[in-house]
Amino acid sequence: MENKAALSAGERLIKSKRNRSLGELRGKILVTLCALIMITATVSVTIFLTVKGLQSFLVNHVSPIEFLTSTNWNPLADDPSYGALPFIFGSLAVTFLSALIAAPLGIGGAIFMTEIAPSWGRKVLQPVIELLVGIPSVVYGFIGLTILVPFIREHGTGTGFSILAGTIVLSIMILPTITTIATDAMGALPSSLREGSLALGATRWQTIRKVLLPAALPSLLTAVVLGMARAFGEALAVQMVIGNVRSLPASLLDPSATLTTIITLNMGHTTYGSVENNTLWSMGLILLIISFVFILIVRYLSSRRKI
Amino acid sequence: MNKTTTTVKPVFHVQDMNLWYGNNQALKNVHLEIPENEVTAVIGPSGCGKSTFVKTLNLMVKRIPSVKLSGELHFNGQNILKDKVDLVNLRKQIGMIFQKGNPFPQSIYDNVAYGPRIHGMKRKKELDEVVETSLKQVALWDEVKDRLNSSALGLSGGQQQRLCIARAIATKPSVVLMDEPTSALDPVSTLRIEQLISELKNQYTIVIVTHNMQQAARISDQTAFFLHGEIIEASDTDSLFSVPSDRRTEDYISGRFG
Repeated sequence: MENKAALSAGERLIKSKRNRSLGELRGKILVTLCALIMITATVSVTIFLTVKGLQSFLVNHVSPIEFLTSTNWNPLADDPSYGALPFIFGSLAVTFLSALIAAPLGIGGAIFMTEIAPSWGRKVLQPVIELLVGIPSVVYGFIGLTILVPFIREHGTGTGFSILAGTIVLSIMILPTITTIATDAMGALPSSLREGSLALGATRWQTIRKVLLPAALPSLLTAVVLGMARAFGEALAVQMVIGNVRSLPASLLDPSATLTTIITLNMGHTTYGSVENNTLWSMGLILLIISFVFILIVRYLSSRRKI
Repeated sequence: MNKTTTTVKPVFHVQDMNLWYGNNQALKNVHLEIPENEVTAVIGPSGCGKSTFVKTLNLMVKRIPSVKLSGELHFNGQNILKDKVDLVNLRKQIGMIFQKGNPFPQSIYDNVAYGPRIHGMKRKKELDEVVETSLKQVALWDEVKDRLNSSALGLSGGQQQRLCIARAIATKPSVVLMDEPTSALDPVSTLRIEQLISELKNQYTIVIVTHNMQQAARISDQTAFFLHGEIIEASDTDSLFSVPSDRRTEDYISGRFG
C-alpha cells in the first residue's frame, strides 16, 4: 500500500496505461477471434458446397444444361436422367407466391403498428409476432398437414398436397420477418415527414400512401426479400404439405417439390459419392447461389435507401 | 412608429386559451390578436410555450394524445377550438414551416405539387403553373428550374427550407406559420429567408417563432413575448423593443436571462 502511495504522478500515469492497454489487447484478440471463426465457417461451407456441388458435373459428367432445364428426374432408372427444373421451379414458385401473400399482410400490419395505433397496436401485435417466430417449423408443417391439406382436398381437386398448401404455410412463417423489418423501416422515418404532410392538409391515409410508403420503399422491399430468402430455404414444413412429386405442377392445386424438400428426403438414403448424392449437392449449390442473389438484392436496395 | 394593430382585421383572435400536456400546463390564459398581412413574431426563452402556441394555431398539437385545450381560438371569426373544424381545410389555409427543412424524399417538382395534388388538382398544366409561381415566389426557380425532377434532398439546407416555404404557399394559404425557420441555417441563408418573409407578408399573414431577438426586431410588425406559458407583453415591435412596459420583457430583450 505504502509503495503504491509513494508512486509519483508520472509513474502512476505510465502504470495505469500499461494495465489498461493489456485489457484492450485481450478484448481486441477476443472479438477478432470471433470474427475469424465466423468468416472461416462461412468460407469453408461455401468452398465445400461448391466443390461437392460441381462434382456431379465434373466427375459424373451430368450435363449442367440437362440439370437446369430438363423436367425428367429419374436417377434410379437404367438410363438415369437428372433434370432438376421441377424442383427449382417449385422452390421459386412457393417463394414468390408466399411473398405475394405475406408482403401486403406484413406491410399492412407494420403500418397499423406505426401509424394507426402506435400505442395499443404494438402492444397486441408485437407478442403475436414474437410467438409466430417461436413456433418450430415442424409445428407449422403439422398444422398444415392436419388442417390445410384436408381443406384443400375437400374444396378443390386432388389430394390436397399442393403448391397452394406449401405457399400458405410459408407465408405465415415469413410473416414475422416481413412485419418486423417493415415496422422498423416505418418507425425509422422521421416524424418531420408526417408533420410536413399533415400540415399541408393531407389526411393520415394520404400521408401514409404518398409520403411515408414511398420514403420507406427500399427498406420495405428489403423486408420482403429477406422474407423470401427465409421461404426459399425452408424445408421441413414445406415437405410435409407439398406432396413431393417429380413432375412440373400444372396448377396451384398440384403437388410439387422444392430443392430443399428433395434434398432432405433423399440425402439419407443415397450413398455418399454416388451420382444421385452428388446431384443433391448440386441442388444445395443452387440454393446457395440463389440465396446469394437475394443478399445482393438486399444490398442494392439498402444502398438506395433515401432517408 | 405609431401604427396600431387594432385597425387591421385580426386573422386570429385568441382569448383565455389554455393548453395542458397531461398535467403540465404549457399555455396560460393566452390572449392575442394576429392582424392580417403582418408579421407577428413570437419570442421567449426555451420552454416558454412559443412553439406550442404556433402549433396550436393550426391545431397540430392535437396530434399529441395527452393535449387538452380550453378557451377560445378564433380563425376568421370561427372558434376552431369549439366547433368541429375540418382539419384538412384548416391546414390548407394555414401553411407551416418547421425548424429544419423537411422536404419529402421526392423530386423538387413533386414536393411543391404535393399540396395542390392532395387537394384535387390533377391537370399537368395547372400543376406546372403552381410549381413555377411558388418556386418563383421563394426565389428558388432560377436555381432549380433545370432539375425539377431531381431529388429535393440534394438541395442545400437553405434551399430546402425555401422549397418547404414554396410547398406551403402552393396550397394558397392565407397564413404561414414558421417555427424557428432559420435556426438550422447559416447567416446568408437566414438573410434570404428574412428577405423572403418581408416580401411574402404582402400576401400572407405570417407568425414566426424565433429565439433570435434581432430577427424579431428586423422582420416583424408585432411581437409577443412569452414566459412560462404566458404572454407577458405583446405590442408593435418597435415599442416592445424600445420601451418595453414590463420589467421581465426588458430583462429578456436586454439579455439578462434566457
